[in-house]
Amino acid sequence: MRRRIGAEISRGWWAILGAVGLSRHRWQTLPPLTRRTVKAVIWAGIGLLLIRFLGVWNDSALLVAVVVLLLVIPSYDRLRVGGRNIGKWVVPAVVVALAIAYPYYMAHMPQVPIFGPFPQVSTMVAMMIFSVMALGLNFVVGYAGLLDLGYVAFYAMGAYMAGWFASNQFSNQNLNIGAVGLYKGDTGFHFSIFLVLIMAGIATGIVGVLIGLPTLRLRGDYLAIVTLGFGEILPQIARNGDNLFGFNLTNGTGGITPIDGPGFGNWLHAHLHLPANFLAAGNLDSVFFWTALLLVLITIFVSARLRDSRLGRAWIAIREDEVAAAAMGVPLMRTKTWAYATGAFFGGVAGAYYASYKGGAFPDDFFFQISVFILCMVILGGMGNIWGVIFGACFLSYLDREGLSNVGSWLNGHFGPGGSDVQIWHKPLDVPLYEFGIFGVILVVTMLFRPEGLIPSSRRAAEFHEGVREEYMYDVEHGSPITETTESM
Amino acid sequence: MTAEPLLLTQKLRKEFGGLVAVDDVDFTVPEGAIVSLIGPNGAGKTTFFNMLTGVYKPTHGRVFFGGEDLTGKPPHAYTQRGIGRTFQNIRLFQNMTALENVLVGMHVRLKGNAIQAILRTPAVRQEEKEARERGRALLEFSGLRRKDGVIGRNLSYGDQRRLEVARALATEPKLLLLDEPTAGMNPQETAEFTTFVGRLRTERNLSVLLIEHDMRVVMGVSDRVTVLDYGEKIAEGEPKEIQKNERVIEAYLGKAAVTQ
Repeated sequence: MRRRIGAEISRGWWAILGAVGLSRHRWQTLPPLTRRTVKAVIWAGIGLLLIRFLGVWNDSALLVAVVVLLLVIPSYDRLRVGGRNIGKWVVPAVVVALAIAYPYYMAHMPQVPIFGPFPQVSTMVAMMIFSVMALGLNFVVGYAGLLDLGYVAFYAMGAYMAGWFASNQFSNQNLNIGAVGLYKGDTGFHFSIFLVLIMAGIATGIVGVLIGLPTLRLRGDYLAIVTLGFGEILPQIARNGDNLFGFNLTNGTGGITPIDGPGFGNWLHAHLHLPANFLAAGNLDSVFFWTALLLVLITIFVSARLRDSRLGRAWIAIREDEVAAAAMGVPLMRTKTWAYATGAFFGGVAGAYYASYKGGAFPDDFFFQISVFILCMVILGGMGNIWGVIFGACFLSYLDREGLSNVGSWLNGHFGPGGSDVQIWHKPLDVPLYEFGIFGVILVVTMLFRPEGLIPSSRRAAEFHEGVREEYMYDVEHGSPITETTESM
Repeated sequence: MTAEPLLLTQKLRKEFGGLVAVDDVDFTVPEGAIVSLIGPNGAGKTTFFNMLTGVYKPTHGRVFFGGEDLTGKPPHAYTQRGIGRTFQNIRLFQNMTALENVLVGMHVRLKGNAIQAILRTPAVRQEEKEARERGRALLEFSGLRRKDGVIGRNLSYGDQRRLEVARALATEPKLLLLDEPTAGMNPQETAEFTTFVGRLRTERNLSVLLIEHDMRVVMGVSDRVTVLDYGEKIAEGEPKEIQKNERVIEAYLGKAAVTQ
């Protein structure tokens, strides 16, 4: 349907151009550079007109247009230096550079209609952290096709790892490995947060394997239900963990707080000007943002490398047809557990980092909504596609942090009490209150009109339209889903 | 042929509830042989196949491959030991390219692990490169020249069948199990395929076990034929003997055909 409309527009467009003497054939014989330039100019022109029309003109808009033109016109794919194709790195490098510089130019960005100003740096930190988490879940849901409704368990595990190894929680211990910003008399484990991130990743990865071994034998809906269960069991342990046989593990409902901030210590500060202690840095949010950005880049790197590996192929094969994958020699349990553990690893890293940013780990971190929230990011953005997932994560966490309240104040300003346009309602509308309703609507609309997500992987899109093999060859006699063989088929 | 058969089953039995799908079948495939398994619809051929590849667990009985007892092991263990298979109803990875399908088949023969894949060590890079080359060669061998970039579901029916075989060959089997490989093929394709099965033995040193309905294929390539009916082995022997066997004719055509 959509495609037909596109084709109609295209045909009409060429008919008009043909009438003024520029036929499609003539266009196609032009050199590629000219075509790219013309195309880019047209697109940039449309964009600028839109900005102008919406009344948010600003110098920075012009700057953005120039950057877009520079990125689109040249054919970077053919750029070679010393025999190596560096062209494909140009666009990502510019995007990363723009992201790094964001704290410096965000104040000069124009107001976006309805959504208001560009996100704060603190919001960007959350967006980056959720990107890491969503990419982690993408290993499980996007690549291996396993529905996991308890992903928040890994996130919270990571947060508690930070609580245990970077706070005063275990006060009868006293061990300090590279921690920064400690006060006199601080006790407990104090590890450098960077170390804790790795430890948290590994620990949650191991927990992922432990949870995965019994549950991944199940499939489809059953797996979803069991993961949901784990996602509910762990917060209970956290909530009641202040007295585990007399041992205070989690501090109960109070949570573990404060948790140390990251930092590079005085020596690196003196020699490389790296921030000694993030929490004491003047540009606290920026420092956290840059580090989070680095985490995202690492996650992207790992995602891409694994996707294109032997393991990644096996994941996709399992997603497409489990029976055939097993018959072709893919060990189902091990391969699924790898997906689970990898996803858990990044969930743990993100959780630990977020705990350090927030300065605490609390049982409320385990909210089931967070699992759903992250799943929404993956589904909305496009399962299996790294860029789609990042987009979904950034967009939804932005809405969660700022977007909805900005939209709310815009709505209230125009249609609410004393509204400038038409007064439709008389009490101010608290839009963020309806957050999950709004997300639900977004999700339903996505599922109806674009089930593969906004930026899907081409394979995933095809699966949604053509379907995958869902029929299993159940072994009736050995019907219990516990034996390896039964599960395999 | 060696004394030790490549594949051996002892009293292999499969019950689904009260239904006996495969009834205590003793069966062997000698090394280097092409053996056909025939029988009317519902005779238990595919169930038997599924037990030979670990898809089903036998109710009782044992499966030996190359002298090793594989009963109860998961399917990938069978593949790893050298049993490759195709499916009766094509089960390709529909949204992967032909080459990717074949690469999945190579899974058990490749070694690269996750850490190496992330770091993309020279060993892994080399392995992947070789795997791709071998994959392309396999596709060419299976008659899928220049189709390595085509998505599975976009291949023609005959090509999908060929790709299934190529994918099974990628697991580097000693024994290849083909489940009705010529179903839905036209006579010319069937003839080509028959030649192809012969080449598998001569060029790749494979033993082949074939489920087939097309008697021209069965009689054309098989060294031996085993007939199943209602899960029981009713006959076994050379193609010529089987053609004359009364019980076989009865199973296929009914009692009247024999008495007349």
